[in-house]
Amino acid sequence: MPATHHLTTPLSKDDIRKLRIGDLAFISGTVYAARDAAHKRMIEALDRGDPLPFDPRGQIVYYVGPTPAKPGKPIGSAGPTTSGRMDAYTPRLLQLGLAGMIGKGNRSRAVMDAIRDNVCVYFAATGGAAALISRCIKSYVVLAWPELGPEALAAMEVENFPVTVVADCYGGDQYEEGAKPYRRV
Amino acid sequence: MREISAELIRDTVARLAVEACCRLPESTLNAMRRARERELSPTGRDVLGQLIRNADIAAAENAPICQDTGLAVVFAEIGQDVHITGGLFEDAVNQGVARGYTEGYLRKSSVEEPLFERKNTGDNTPAVIHTRLVAGDRIRLRLAPKGAGSENKGALHMLVPADGLEGVKKAVLETVRHAGASPCPPMVVGVGIGGNMELACLCAKKACARDVESRNPDPRYARLEDELLELVNGLGTGPAGLGGSVTAFKVNVEFCATHIACLPVAVNINCNAARHAEAVL
Ligand code: SF4
Repeated sequence: MPATHHLTTPLSKDDIRKLRIGDLAFISGTVYAARDAAHKRMIEALDRGDPLPFDPRGQIVYYVGPTPAKPGKPIGSAGPTTSGRMDAYTPRLLQLGLAGMIGKGNRSRAVMDAIRDNVCVYFAATGGAAALISRCIKSYVVLAWPELGPEALAAMEVENFPVTVVADCYGGDQYEEGAKPYRRV
Repeated sequence: MREISAELIRDTVARLAVEACCRLPESTLNAMRRARERELSPTGRDVLGQLIRNADIAAAENAPICQDTGLAVVFAEIGQDVHITGGLFEDAVNQGVARGYTEGYLRKSSVEEPLFERKNTGDNTPAVIHTRLVAGDRIRLRLAPKGAGSENKGALHMLVPADGLEGVKKAVLETVRHAGASPCPPMVVGVGIGGNMELACLCAKKACARDVESRNPDPRYARLEDELLELVNGLGTGPAGLGGSVTAFKVNVEFCATHIACLPVAVNINCNAARHAEAVL
C-alpha cells in the first residue's frame, strides 16, 4: 500500500529518502514555476557565471504554464505540463542542489540517473486536474523574465498540493513499475 | 438562400470556445465515473476522483478544465443554401476564437511560425478550420480544443493492404504504448483508417473529437473499436500513467475509401480533457 506524506519545502535529504515510488504526497510551502523558456534562461545564466534568480537548494520546480488569472485570483488553472521537454536542463539543476520537480510523463535516462545520484525526487501532478490544483496555489509572484508571460519564472505558495512520487532516489520509476501488475499485452 | 451573419458566427465561436474549455461534456464525465468504478488500481481511482472533482470545480467557477486550452480546432459543416453576410467565414471564426480566448481567460498557445521566432500570436488565432459543404441551409460548428501533450503523441502509419487488421491493431497499440503518461490518460483514442496521408489524419482527428458515447455506425468498425479498447487497456498505463486498468475511455474509429495499394492508419490521441462544444445556426 502506498504511503502518504505531508511535505514542506525546502526538502531535506532525509525527507527525500523516505519517499518511494507510488507514494502520495501533499506539498506545502514555496515551489518555483518554470517551463521551457525559463529553463533555457536559467541555464544561460549559469553558463555566463551568473546566479539563478532563486537558491535552488532543497527546492522544487513545478513545470506549469497557467491560464491567465481572473480578477481577484492569484492564478488561473495550473496543471502540470510534459516534463520531458525540460530533460536537457534538469541534471544541471539537480547537481546545484535542486531537490525535485513536479510535472508529468517519463524522464530521460540522464535525468533518472541524476535523480538517483543526487538524492532527488520527481513527482507527478495529475495532468488535466488544473482547476483543482489551482485551489492549492495561494500566491504567484514573478521572480524573473516577466516578458515570458505564462512561461516566466515565478514563486508560488502552495498548500497541500497533491502529487505522486514517480521517480525516487533509489532509481525507482513508477511509470515502468506501476503498469506491470495491469499489463496484459 | 438563408442568410447568416458573420457576426453571429463570431459570437457563437466565442461562446463555444469558453464552453468547451470550461465544461467537460456530460458523456466524458460519465466515462470518468464509470472508469472510477472499474479501475483496479487504488492510485488510478484516486486520479479519477481528482479529475471528476476538477471537472466539477471548473464548471462551477467557469474556469478552464486544463491550463492547456489548446489550439482551437473547428469542424464546420456549411449548408450549400447558406449565404454568409457581413464578412468572410474564416475571419469570423478567428475573431470568435480571439474573443473567446481573451474574454474567457483561456491560455493563448498559438505561435505564428514554427521554427525561428515562435512568436505567440497573442489571441490563440489562427484556428485550425476544417470546412465541409453539405446539403441544407444551416451551419454546424463543432469546436474541439486540443492540447499539445496529447497532440504530440499522434502518429501516421502508412501500412499496405497485406498488413491487414493485425497491422492496424499493432499500429494503434504501439502508438498508445509509446505515448505513455504524456497525453494524460485515460484518453480517447481517435483512429483514422483509409484515404491517403492527409485524409487518414483528418479522419483520426474527427474520431478523437467524437463523443465517447458514440459508436461507428458500421458494426464491423464498431466491433473494432471495442477490440482496440480492450487491447489498449491491456497496456497497464492507467490513469495519469501511474499504472492501472483504464488507459482509455474509448477508441473511436473512422474510415474512408482508399487506394487499392494503400492502408494508411492515423492515430490522434485525445486526453482525459476530451472537450468539445457544438452549435447549429
Ligand atoms: S494532454 Fe490534455 S489534459 Fe493533459 S495537459 Fe495537455 S490538454 Fe491538459
